[in-house]
Amino acid sequence: MADFDQELDASGLNCPLPILRAKKTLAGMDTGQVLRIVATDPGSVKDFEAFSKQTGNELMDSGEEGGKFVFRIKKG
Amino acid sequence: MSEKKLAIIATKGTLDWAYPPFILASTAAALGYQVQIFFTFYGLQLVRKEMDLQVSPLGNPGMPMPMAMDKWFPVLGTAIPGMQRIMTIMMKSKMKSKGVASVEELRELCLEADVKMVGCQMTVDLFDFTHDNFIDGLEYGGAATFFEFAGESDITLYI
Repeated sequence: MADFDQELDASGLNCPLPILRAKKTLAGMDTGQVLRIVATDPGSVKDFEAFSKQTGNELMDSGEEGGKFVFRIKKG
Repeated sequence: MSEKKLAIIATKGTLDWAYPPFILASTAAALGYQVQIFFTFYGLQLVRKEMDLQVSPLGNPGMPMPMAMDKWFPVLGTAIPGMQRIMTIMMKSKMKSKGVASVEELRELCLEADVKMVGCQMTVDLFDFTHDNFIDGLEYGGAATFFEFAGESDITLYI
């Protein structure tokens, strides 16, 4: 079983697109569901932290996988 | 949770200066802010139906030029006819290759996110524009209209 409900590939996108796409995807999900985001923008690491602090969506973890940045956000 | 508010005045009408208001407005909207942008003077170019925004190397020593042209190219060269068009094409292709959204796309995202856009009526008159020149949904007003929203905003930016 996957440890997320939906996945968003934001590879190749630059600020602020990964955040805007994530926001849009989360809007279509239910509270408690988990969104996995893959991004290549190094700025997104700090931005997703800031995004979750300000929106009440929990950043469960963030890390690097094969040169890409991967985040899991639980919809609050 | 009461909604935070962001008020922006956009006064510039070039490609490079189009980015800050639209990036900040769309991001703030995604963070839950209620956002309003007041477009005045050259900023009105950002709400025209068809945008033809350019970036100029003229008088802009901070602009990195391709092939280190800024190192050996005479300053006067930046004033050559057609140079602005060329630099704009280069800038747009560079942005595309780096995954930076187009201004059109960011403006659309702002509109989708209910960012309220207000055009300065005085400037519309000054430059002999008509409301037909501008995107649907643009509202018109003056300084007092701006303050109505800005006065209760958490952040106000002049760009």
